[in-house]
Amino acid sequence: MARAAGSEVAAAVAHAHRREWAFVLAATVRVAGDIDAAEEAVQDAYASALSTWGGNGIPSNPGAWLTVTARRRALDMRRRAATAQRALPKLLGREDDDGGFTDGDDIPDDRLRLIFTCCHPALPFEARVALTLRLLCGLSTAEVARAFLVPEATMAARITRAKKKITAAHIPYRVPSADELHERVDGVLSVVYLVYTTGHTAPSGADLMRRDLAERGVELARLLRELLPADPDVAGLLALVLLTEARRDARVDGNRDLVLLENQDRSKWDRHAVTEGVALLREALASRPPGRFALMAAIAAVHDESGSWSGTDWQEILGLYDLLMERWPSPVVRLNRAIALGFAVGPSEGLAELDALGAEPQLARYPYLAAARGDFLVRLGRPDEARVAFEEALILTDNEAEQRFLRARLSGLAG
Amino acid sequence: MSKYLILIYQDEAVTRQAEGESISANYQEFMERRGASLISGAALHPSSTATSIRRDGAGGFVVTDGPFAESKETLGGYYLVEAADLDEALQIGKEVPAGVGVEVWPVRVVS
Repeated sequence: MARAAGSEVAAAVAHAHRREWAFVLAATVRVAGDIDAAEEAVQDAYASALSTWGGNGIPSNPGAWLTVTARRRALDMRRRAATAQRALPKLLGREDDDGGFTDGDDIPDDRLRLIFTCCHPALPFEARVALTLRLLCGLSTAEVARAFLVPEATMAARITRAKKKITAAHIPYRVPSADELHERVDGVLSVVYLVYTTGHTAPSGADLMRRDLAERGVELARLLRELLPADPDVAGLLALVLLTEARRDARVDGNRDLVLLENQDRSKWDRHAVTEGVALLREALASRPPGRFALMAAIAAVHDESGSWSGTDWQEILGLYDLLMERWPSPVVRLNRAIALGFAVGPSEGLAELDALGAEPQLARYPYLAAARGDFLVRLGRPDEARVAFEEALILTDNEAEQRFLRARLSGLAG
Repeated sequence: MSKYLILIYQDEAVTRQAEGESISANYQEFMERRGASLISGAALHPSSTATSIRRDGAGGFVVTDGPFAESKETLGGYYLVEAADLDEALQIGKEVPAGVGVEVWPVRVVS
């Protein structure tokens, strides 16, 4: 290995942080026996990479180097803890102590275990999301806090509580058994989907999207696909995020303003992502009955493959929403089905269905119900009622790009 | 192995009704099946027979009738179990034929 320049080292470490964090941490938890200790050891390993790769050269397999270093460090810490007669953390009490490992080729891929521990149903959902971003994506607590717009201290407390529960209640570091795997995978997919959707349309802030968070969602979906290649629901989720993310560059204009699907420049859609997403979708749909993510991906694919807004096959989309309603009858799905109905049949039918949803408590603070009503009211030539609906939507959204969009629609009604 | 306390909750009305009866067949069946994991357990009288003792902060006690928290769902019994991890404890918890449901609490190891 040749000596490397400082900038080269920094870039290599940053790259390894993004690509290898989950692998290194997952392999270290086994030795450390405790997530906190493993995180500390992994952080030390990255720091040591920064200080030694310049002189010794960048290793050919940075992930293996980091894992070996982190595991040695974890083992040292554990020995010292044992010497100090402190109670050993017992996350892995039953596992063999394989701390003697040195060969980079033999590192077990423990990332699935880490995922299932982070997304364990005994943890509160918001903590599962936070742990996933922190432990699998390597985000700092401050970054996770920013992603969900909560104070850093709140997020730190949330993560600490969850880790304490993992240790105290002995949440296992293990891939679930075959009979519970399906249900547990579904829980993991919900976490990854939430990460993606929070980035896709940010609940608040100046921009429509938080691209970094959406990218993390895509990366997590890809990781799951790599680790569970035969699972049709995993294929469905990756298809969904790719087919949605394909439209990313067309969703905002030069002023960072929101552009509706109807008005998007379809030449800006990422055809490679669409091709990859459609191939995954075929695989996901081959399993019967198709899962909810596969059905949502199929809806996204109809849009992606349509050459124009006017050429959209709304009957097909409506049929897919009917199937989705059977599979996953939620008020949000019903809302989206009502919109599809409005385009497939007519705005008054869509509006009637939306009005029927007015009493849904789950939609009471959901801006898209009012926004969709406003849109159909405009199409029906009822501007006064549309104004009331858009004003309601404006109150309900905290995303500034959506607020600008709604104000533009309101001023469009004036004439 | 870790220890977990499984608290069994049921409808207060059901508890009162069941009082005086012998142990039901479904509990009998559960205890036979899970015997190896059960350390101890007991069924309780209705919450109306419970008494709370709260420290008054001045060295004395306040004794009151009933449990700390009154609710429709009351503690009807418990099992102390031993399990490999939370997943196994949750599986045992699901098998308890509880009327309302159970809570699974990890037991602290005090050295």
